[in-house]
Amino acid sequence: MGWILVTSAAVILFLQNYPLYIRSVPTENELKFHYMVHTSLDVVDEKISAMGKALVDQRELYLGLLYPTEDYKVYGYVTNSKVKFVMVVDSSNTALRDNEIRSMFRKLHNSYTDVMCNPFYTPGDRIQSRAFDGMVTSMMIQVC
Amino acid sequence: MEMLEDPETGKKQRKGRRCLSRAANIDKAGPPPSLPSSGAHHKSPEKEGGASPKHQWKREWAGSRLGAGGGACPAGPMRTRGGGRLLGREGRRMADAALFEFLHTEMVAELWAQDPDPGPGGQKMSLSVLEGMGFRVGQALGERLPRETLAFREELDVLKFLCKDVWAAVFQKQMDSLRTNHQGTYVLQDHSFPLLIRMASGLQYLEEAPKFLAFTCGLLRGTLSTLGIKSLVTASVAALPACKFQVVIQRS
Repeated sequence: MGWILVTSAAVILFLQNYPLYIRSVPTENELKFHYMVHTSLDVVDEKISAMGKALVDQRELYLGLLYPTEDYKVYGYVTNSKVKFVMVVDSSNTALRDNEIRSMFRKLHNSYTDVMCNPFYTPGDRIQSRAFDGMVTSMMIQVC
Repeated sequence: MEMLEDPETGKKQRKGRRCLSRAANIDKAGPPPSLPSSGAHHKSPEKEGGASPKHQWKREWAGSRLGAGGGACPAGPMRTRGGGRLLGREGRRMADAALFEFLHTEMVAELWAQDPDPGPGGQKMSLSVLEGMGFRVGQALGERLPRETLAFREELDVLKFLCKDVWAAVFQKQMDSLRTNHQGTYVLQDHSFPLLIRMASGLQYLEEAPKFLAFTCGLLRGTLSTLGIKSLVTASVAALPACKFQVVIQRS
């Protein structure tokens, strides 16, 4: 449902295929990221339905590398409430390993859970929590 | 705590272990405060839907009780350290349960006390306010509780999750049975619902019972909604403290 995109450049959070939260650093290429992310949503859906048919009990929330383009790599993550997180990372950033991406997604998920529990937040709205912003900023600073 | 030296062996020992029986006060919590009588007729407990002979009711799962239920006092003395913990983990869990029960009772009492309109319209408002509160809480709960893995392949999994994990987290016990007709209707049965157990054990206060179930209905509906299922949840009581929650999935 919701989607979050985080890139070395941007973070977008999606709910039901409309964005709940978008953040990118630097801010100029946002439109390009939107486009990339919309295409990656299809890949996310594909992966979820593929997992659904698998007989394995342990289906992970972390979806892994969705697809690599020449400049960027796109990672996905989905929660039990069907909120999709999408992260777009610069390809030149080779230092980022899989478990670092996983831990970033986990932090995002925890912060999103906190946002959900906030009584001033109505589920389905765009996320305006400063705490969430701060967490995302600190994460992106680490990456860039 | 002073350290005494054992004169014979020279070993030091702590002096004076204080023993506290855990949950001593919580166990003795009396019945909830009496509610202001509204004087109007409450709706009679809702009719059980889906009991028509056409549908095959299948018993999907009969859960077993988790833990000791309210009121068991674990054996063994408790040690206190200086100004430290007075209750162990067990005691803290029971304290949480008691806090929620009291808060819930006050919520219901407060909503009813303020309602000057004795007619059925006014009560419906209060019931829907309670249900709305439960809904929002359920939404947050649905986000926080599910585990690290994508556990829900189908509706039945979600309902089982409700019966086991959500019920255990909120009421420290599991739902007693889950039935379904495989056509979108589920009946969750609880033989001793914690919010009703301290009220009566039989038919007394039967008319007052529905308002104590409204919040929980909302809770179930909210959790289902976060997990992607639109539903309608109603509750019915035949004899306290057993109650049934009926979940009807709304397919658009």
